[in-house]
Order: sequence, then structure tokens, then C-alpha cells
Amino acid sequence: MRLKRVVAATACALAIALAQAAVWNVTLIEQADNPQLDRARLERAYLGHPGGSAMPGLEMAIEEAQFELEAQKASVKIKSEPASTLDAARTAAQKAEKAGAHLLVVNLPAAWVAAIAPTVKVPVLNVGASSDALRERDCNANLYHLLPSERMRADALAQALVSRKWTNLLMLYGPSSEDTARSALAQAAIKRYGLKAVAVKAFKLSTDPRERALANLTLLTSNLNYDVVWVVDSEGEFARSLPYNTALPRPMVGDGGLVALAWQAQFERFGAPQVSRRFVKAAKRPMTAHDWAAWMGGKAVVAVAAATPKTDAASVHKALLAANLDGSKGVALQFRAWDRQLRQPMLLTDGQGVQGTMPLEGVMHPRNVLDTLGADEPEKLCKSNS
Amino acid sequence: MLTHPLQKLLLAVCAILPLAAAAQSTALVSSEKDNTLTIVNLKAQKVEGTIATCKRPRHVQLTPDGKQVLVACGGDNAADVIDVATRKSVGRIPLGDNPEAFDISPDGKMLYVSNEDEGELTFIDIAAKKAVKEVKVGKEPEGVKVSPDGKTVYVTSEVASMVHVIDTATAKVAKNIAVGKRPRRMAFTPDGSELWVTNELGASVSILSTKDMKVIGTVKFAIKGAKQTDITPVGIVMSKDGKRAYVALGKANHVAFVDVAKREATQHVLAGKRAWNVSLNRDESQLYVVNGLSDDMTIIDVASAKASKTIPVGRVPYGAVLID
Repeated sequence: MRLKRVVAATACALAIALAQAAVWNVTLIEQADNPQLDRARLERAYLGHPGGSAMPGLEMAIEEAQFELEAQKASVKIKSEPASTLDAARTAAQKAEKAGAHLLVVNLPAAWVAAIAPTVKVPVLNVGASSDALRERDCNANLYHLLPSERMRADALAQALVSRKWTNLLMLYGPSSEDTARSALAQAAIKRYGLKAVAVKAFKLSTDPRERALANLTLLTSNLNYDVVWVVDSEGEFARSLPYNTALPRPMVGDGGLVALAWQAQFERFGAPQVSRRFVKAAKRPMTAHDWAAWMGGKAVVAVAAATPKTDAASVHKALLAANLDGSKGVALQFRAWDRQLRQPMLLTDGQGVQGTMPLEGVMHPRNVLDTLGADEPEKLCKSNS
Repeated sequence: MLTHPLQKLLLAVCAILPLAAAAQSTALVSSEKDNTLTIVNLKAQKVEGTIATCKRPRHVQLTPDGKQVLVACGGDNAADVIDVATRKSVGRIPLGDNPEAFDISPDGKMLYVSNEDEGELTFIDIAAKKAVKEVKVGKEPEGVKVSPDGKTVYVTSEVASMVHVIDTATAKVAKNIAVGKRPRRMAFTPDGSELWVTNELGASVSILSTKDMKVIGTVKFAIKGAKQTDITPVGIVMSKDGKRAYVALGKANHVAFVDVAKREATQHVLAGKRAWNVSLNRDESQLYVVNGLSDDMTIIDVASAKASKTIPVGRVPYGAVLID
């Protein structure tokens, strides 16, 4: 009898303690030996490429939310799980869920994310893959995206070109399948905004004289009339060599020249310098767009912890879809209900400063002008929506 | 001539009254990118010149004795001290890392400043020019307001979306009150019972009871034809009778006149681009709106609720202080 009472009392105390102090377990799964983080590549600091692990951004969001978390008597524990293959990443995700992780943050290639998300129930926050397929064909009801999609980047650039009346474009795209897909997205954006591609040409990095037509910058850009060059180069090396080397004195956009990104460390408005400064202090490197996405991933976790003490997957999904996140871009940001992509303004940058933000002032949308960037609801491109 | 005693009295009153109630003659406007204060003659409604000050001047405020203007210098980690009579810088007070806004105790002895980078509120002994206490608060603290009795200081944190209530005697946080998204500036009702807090990303004002230390109401803003996300309230000032609050709506380029009792906006007056901080003159006939993205200051005639003049000031103007 007595023992029973003691046990009951202990259980009650435990239940109360649990109700009072929600501990949120978050597991970050990252690609081990990510080729994008090779030292030589990092040193080149190509615009739109990651600058390192997602951990510092994630931790920064949790650290700066201490007051909010304390008010909720909540705490967040982040665990890091590096994975060198898709299988290892999937196993890590399933293990983490079994071990009680309430949210997963993934900084992995798009194909890995697509394979992992359907195998777990907990929300998966994608902070590293910008592929549109992940938000469309491969979307999943538990998959959220903090990094803007490639289509959002292309739409932002197209709006910028419209505003400058740079209507005629020369499009150059690289040899990878990623470049082909992104070039198609760029061409769709060009069409949507009434711009015109006067030529679409493939390029190749080469010094082989037999491949001059593909590799020579002057040849690639001569005998045509265009206002601007749009270069699609996921690798970055070609795009970096192109400005000031075109046959005509024309500006460049895409992956070199003017680039549309989620973040730029020199952004001056909406408290952005404080954010970038905090990041440099913590991570000892400048804050990239990928770091911003990781930071927002952490902010999404905090928003959930602040909204509800309930840690079950359904409650977490509900809180995520209701969240209003402050990304220091001037407006509150939410996940789009139709594909769980975080809607957000885009920054246009040449890598030295911020030349503008999109959506363009004056662009119209029936509900939210931010939804002019990326896939919109009526297109119904993500079928997995429950 | 002046035979009737009442006539004498009336004249005497008239002689005193204008002095006591006359509106200030001059506005000093800080501009973040100019390192100057612009001197605006409010009668002629003209720029008279500039005062060289520190790097990245932001919040500006008169000391309680009215003799000096203190300027928070984000780039110099100090306050510049401007002598009102000579309109010259006469010294500096260290304010800690990246100071943004501050308030001064009613006795003029202590200054409370928000340090953006560290997420701290620092207590500065003005006479000793020394930091005496630091209180950890949420990241990116902004608005600072001392209660009329000097016992409490309130500071907003933009990142934590909270107002921290700090006891000035113990330098301890008495309470953290969750308000709207990205809280910025604050104003008391004249009796000190309510604290109004603007929420930049909430398009609202949270009303706190200072006694109960909790949110007791919210004013939501909406302007016909403006997107809700463009309504980003920052500056706020309240009339002396406590009947009306003036709230600058940021990117919506308007100032809202708010009925304090009803907790709703009655009028919206068009100002410049990103209407930021607001100041009301002594007789409350005019409201000065500093516009961060059009480099100017709008003068609003309060009675007609219309902008009467816009005056170009410095680059990225931040706030104004009114002097005689």
C-alpha cells in the first residue's frame, strides 16, 4: 500500500515536473565530408554556397532565446549526427526519432532529404537543400524548408531585371544536371515576368582549343545583342570568371555578378548587422545564406517551444504551421501551408553589399506579395499536404 | 491705464503663460550616417545648421534639468554631451558596446542604456561617467524607459519579444513580460499605470499594467490600402492628458493617432518614408516625425491631423529632441 502511494506520488511529481519543464530534443543530421566544405572551395567563398556546418546557426538561435525558453520552462538540447551516406543518414534519423528527438534538422543533399523524410513522423527541417523537387514532387507532410528554393531565387532575379528594364538576356548554363534543372527554372521565371532569352547556351570549363565555342568567354558572349547575362553555374568557378570578360559591356546575374540569396553578411537593415556580428563572434566566419537558414531552423524550434508544452508530432506540426518567425528581414515569416517552404524576402548581392531586396515594390499578389517568389498555392505542385 | 486689478492680473498671467507653455523653438535631429545633429528652426521651419557629434548618433534626449542633450553613439560606444546653450559638444560619457537607446533617472543621476550586441542594460553613473551595473537581457535590446518614480526601468528585447522589468535598486530582472513580435519603443500613460509598447513585426501596441506586470490590452493597426506586413510601429509618444497616443507606423509611412481609452486608432496621417520616431512639442500643437528612409522630418499639425511641412535633414535620420 505504502509503496504504491510512494510510487504514485513520485509518478505525479514526475508528471508535474515533465509538464513544467519541456525538454526539446533536436537532432542535426549533416553530411560528413561534405565536398562543398572542402578547404579550397570554402576559401573561394562562392556566393550561395555554404560556409560550414549548420550547428553554429542553430545554436545561436537557441542561445539568444534563453529568456523565451525560461519563460516557458523549456529547454532545447541539440545533438549532432554526421552521416557519410544516404543509408547512414536515414538510420541516424530513425534512431534519433526512436531515442526521443522531437524535431530533426537536416543539412543534407536533396536526394537524401527526399529519402529520409517519409521514414519518420517527426518534423524534418531542411536547412541545406534548395532543390525545387523537394518542395514539389518529393515533398512530404513532415518536411519544412528554411532555405529558399531555387525557384524563389530565380523569381527574385527576374523581378530585379523587370525593375531595371533589362529585358533581353543571354543565358549560359553549366554541364551538371543541377545546372540543367536550374536553367529550366530560370527560363520559366524569365517567361513568367515577360523577359526574353535571346540565346541559351551551354558552357564548359575547358582550355581545349577544340572546345573553344563552349569555353571561350568572348566567343560565348559575342555576335548577340543582350542587356544582361544570366549565368547558371552551381560549381561557381565559371561564373566567377565571367564579369568584365564579356564581349559586350553588360552586367551579369545568376551565380555571379548579382546573386539572389537568403542572407548576406553586409545587409544593413532590420537589425541584420547585429545578427551577422553575433554569428561571426560564435562561428569565427561570416554568416552565409545557409547559416541564416540554420539560424531560422533554430528559431522555428524556439517558436514551437514557446507555443506549446506538448511534444507530440501533431502538436509540433501545428505550432510550426502557426509560427511567425523574425529573420531580421523586416517582416514576420511563416511556412507556406501548401509546401511548408518558409516565405521570405530575398536579398540581391554582388558579394560586397546588398543591392536590393525582393519582392519588388509594386509587384502584386492577391494575398501575400512574398508568395510571388516560388511555387504558389494554386499550382498545387506539392500533393502531400495533410 | 491699467487700473483694474483683474486687468493687471490678466496681463501678468499672459506675460508668464507664453513662456511656460510656448512650444520649443528648435529640434535637434540625429542622423545615423552623418555623424551630426541637424538644427531645425521650428518657427521658420528651416534647417539652421548642424552640430558635429559622434559616430552613428541614434537616441537623443534632454537631461532632466534641460541644460544638456545626450546623444547615444552606436559607433563610438559613448554618449556625446551637447550643451544646449552653446550647441556644442562638451564631453563624452562611455556607454558600453553599441549603445542604442537610453533613459535617464528622474533625478538626473543615472543613465540606463541598451547595448545591442551584448544584450545588456547598463547603468551609467552620469557624474562619474562610469558603468556601475550591468543586467543581462534578451538579445538586441532597444527601448528603455524609467518609471516616473525612478524605481523601475523597462527595456524591450527585439529578439526575445519581451519587456524586461528591472528593479533599479537591485539591478535585477523582476519580470519578463512576453509582448508582440520585435518590441521597440515605449510610453507611459501620465499616471504611470500603463506602459504602451510598440511591436514592429506585430503591427500593434501591447499595453502593460505596470502594477500587475502583465499585458492587459493590445492596439492592432490596419490602414486601408496598406499591406499588414508594412505596418511596422516603432516611435510612440503620449499626450500630457493621457488621452491620445501617437504611433509612427514605419514602412506604412503613416502616424496613427490613437484614442488611449478606446485603445483604437482614430486617424492616420501620412508622413515620410519609414516614419520612425516621433516627438510632440510642449503645447502639443505639432508632432515631429523623423523618416528614416526619406532623410527628412515631417511636421504634423495636430489639430488638423495633416502634415504641414517636410524638412530635409541628415542621412538616415533616427530621432529628434526639442529644445527652447
